[in-house]
Amino acid sequence: MAMFTSAEWLNKFMDALNGSKAYADAATTWEGDFYMIVEAGGAVKAPVYMYLDLWHGKCRKVEIVTEKDKEKYKPEFILSAALPTWRKVAEKKVDPIQAIVTRQLKLQGNMGKIMRAVKAAQELVNCVTKVQTEYPE
Amino acid sequence: MQFFGVPFTVFGDDSLQYLNTILGKRAFIATDKNIIKLGLADLVTAELKKANIECKIFDGVEPDPSIETVVKAAGMAKEFKPDWVIGLGGGSSMDTAKSALVCYAAGIGPLDLAPSEFYNLRATAKLMCIPTTSGTGSEATWAIVLTDVAGQRKVSFGSYETMPDIAILDPRMVMSMPPQITGDTGVDALCHAIEGYVDTWRTPFTDGPGLVAIKYVFEFLKRAYDDGKDDEARKYMMYAASQAGTCFGNGMVGLSHSLGHAVGGIFHTPHGRTVGLYLPYAMEYVANGSEETVGRYAEIARFCNISHDNDNKKCCKALIDATRKLAKSVGQPLSVKETGIKREDYMKSLPDLLDRSVNELMTSTVTRVPEIEDLEKLFIYAYDGKSVDF
Repeated sequence: MAMFTSAEWLNKFMDALNGSKAYADAATTWEGDFYMIVEAGGAVKAPVYMYLDLWHGKCRKVEIVTEKDKEKYKPEFILSAALPTWRKVAEKKVDPIQAIVTRQLKLQGNMGKIMRAVKAAQELVNCVTKVQTEYPE
Repeated sequence: MQFFGVPFTVFGDDSLQYLNTILGKRAFIATDKNIIKLGLADLVTAELKKANIECKIFDGVEPDPSIETVVKAAGMAKEFKPDWVIGLGGGSSMDTAKSALVCYAAGIGPLDLAPSEFYNLRATAKLMCIPTTSGTGSEATWAIVLTDVAGQRKVSFGSYETMPDIAILDPRMVMSMPPQITGDTGVDALCHAIEGYVDTWRTPFTDGPGLVAIKYVFEFLKRAYDDGKDDEARKYMMYAASQAGTCFGNGMVGLSHSLGHAVGGIFHTPHGRTVGLYLPYAMEYVANGSEETVGRYAEIARFCNISHDNDNKKCCKALIDATRKLAKSVGQPLSVKETGIKREDYMKSLPDLLDRSVNELMTSTVTRVPEIEDLEKLFIYAYDGKSVDF
């Protein structure tokens, strides 16, 4: 089990992505990096910035970035939400696109590009579900 | 957390008169040349003038409006500085108006709209839609569909701020629709309601409008197609389309739209006719792998008095058969080959069709999500008009 928001969890997620043929097939043309931001609140004392560099069906790099170092990357997409929303997405209780549309998951970046890569987004979530995860309480 | 949104809706005879009661100074109207020619824009501007509202018309909307058209419309709006943006016409004009409002009020490009951002568009202008067809339901949704001409692709997007403030459903506006467009747009409404009713994004609030819309389409579409002067049929088809919009706009559509959008983007077939063609195939496919959806289809069949059999599967089959029968009765093709698309062109486009349809959101919101192999079979079965047996 790895704690969501930890470097261990993020590395396991990267392994899951890089081991997934379904993700590789769905994201062959994808070029774009992300910050997945877990907002402060509840058990999350300070915002956590999870950086992912996704490129042509592979995850090239991940890193946990603290708020004071957040300028280290200028990712093309920023997705932010409180922990309960991330958990619902990770456990497939909410479709990630539906979460964006209903403003539960805030997206900065070109929505049109995301909407042309729906299959890749789904496979990305499928990879999250492969990581045995525990959540901060 | 879930949401349900509808515009303030004015409907029935003389609904356009509501326009002379609204407050404002300038109204920007996005429409097409045919609406001007039919005199429908004059009906709208006459009422607005009674309210001392100055009007500016952009009549350059084409079927399947392009991003460039929206940019042009938004440029005109920026100069005119309206406090109302009005979409007058079919889905193309209404979607152009929604998108032009975004560009004008938020100062961004059409595709830069992020649903999670709040732009406070209403601080600049309000949005109104007045449909002249009974199908798209765009007057009751926040959804926008534009065409990326270079990429030969339809792009769907929107945000809660692109839900119209007011929808006006005046039957006079649809009386002049020719039978073919009545049929094409009517089956589009049927797709919205049936798919919205069974989709995974449905909510307890989308069930009612979905069911009612389906019932009205089965009851009134053929009548409106056969006799355009049938006032009752025209009215109820207008209400059906709008309620179908409420159903899918607060939920989602399904495979008929992901397959239809892909084909429409390449072969430029009319939207309603294309999605309507794929509807029975999409229904069969989902029903073959989802007991839940079989049950939902059975509910529809019973509510619409299509079948009262105790066996859900029999009701489901009766609904799909009735869908095909209705489509045929209003001049719709039941197979792709009947549309005139050549087999070799269609088959050559299959990789592209698959790439587009697999990446449509609507492919993933059905209760039986197809893998690419099944999508390919669906495209092929629909070409030949073969019932889905997998």
